[in-house]
Amino acid sequence: MSEMSLEQVTENYYDVLKELGNIGAGNAMTALSQMLQCKVDMKVPQVRLLEFSEVGDMMGGEEQIMVGVFLGVDGDITGSMMFMVEEESARHLIQKITMGMLPPGSEFEEMGLSAMKEIGNIITGAYLNSLSTLTNLKIIPTPPALTVDMAGAILSVPAIQFGIFGDNILLIQSQFYDEIELDGYFILIPDLESYSKILGALGIPLI
Amino acid sequence: MSEIIKVGMADLKTCVSPNGITTLGLGSCVGIAIRDPVNKIGGLAHVMLPDSNAIKSSQMNIAKFADTGIAELVKQMERLGAKRERMVAKIAGGANMFNFHGTSSFGQVGDRNVEATKAKLSQLKIPILAEDTGKNFGRTVIFYPETGDYIIRAVGKPEYKI
Repeated sequence: MSEMSLEQVTENYYDVLKELGNIGAGNAMTALSQMLQCKVDMKVPQVRLLEFSEVGDMMGGEEQIMVGVFLGVDGDITGSMMFMVEEESARHLIQKITMGMLPPGSEFEEMGLSAMKEIGNIITGAYLNSLSTLTNLKIIPTPPALTVDMAGAILSVPAIQFGIFGDNILLIQSQFYDEIELDGYFILIPDLESYSKILGALGIPLI
Repeated sequence: MSEIIKVGMADLKTCVSPNGITTLGLGSCVGIAIRDPVNKIGGLAHVMLPDSNAIKSSQMNIAKFADTGIAELVKQMERLGAKRERMVAKIAGGANMFNFHGTSSFGQVGDRNVEATKAKLSQLKIPILAEDTGKNFGRTVIFYPETGDYIIRAVGKPEYKI
């Protein structure tokens, strides 16, 4: 297999992710609606290729507190995926899903975080399902890990993986509406070997 | 009028007293603060990966790697008049953000960044006066070459300095 740089890969991959972004977001919002027992609307997701310096700004600053859910991906493709949502949005989702059982302010204690992990799991699962359906590849998520911390610090995890091959990070931004507007960010981080598998499975030629 | 200079991810800058220099949200990355305590010339590097040689690529982002980033920062400081023999360093970051366990490479990248940082500083004979590394939380740091104070802010903790 010839060596690929991220630049080569991302030209094709960008289009792929746009497609996935649309389908995945649709699936994820359906899953979220079911979980929250209410209608969730969404805008067309935006796929962005950002330089490291730009990502923090997009999320409201590197020090913006976010909840990050991280899971590994196994099977025919390997790598990982991350879902991030702003602190206030996370608290809102946790309150919704726990149906007001948690006193306000306690969302980031054990029960609330456990609920958030589940939300993250289901949302990323929906994205990965779309990928699996589109590519006919077996894609198995591993159990999720969660953290509540500054956006910059959380982003260092995928950024470092992307940093091995380039100076950009691929991000899918999904805005969805419940009673309030929620911004969710998805970052899919396939291992390099998996990029070509995904493109191959979708019939997209490498340059 | 002093100002605070901002350093981004995979970035490095010099800083002269009375200014301060900062980088926000260090996760598995490492923030290396160096100064010459005599003429108060300093700098900060925010590195993401340990070793530029391990990666076969034509890209030249020097500041991304511990080995090349630290070397470049020292060079830039020397150009401003800092003397290598007098330089001292403080380091922070290299966290395991999601508490990855076992042999997952994600869990090790913070540690490897710290190791590579220490190895490079040792090679350049720059002593590390203090460190706040590892664990599982992100850090924002502010460095003042005037005093050598390396201030650390983390979510849910009061600010502290090393």
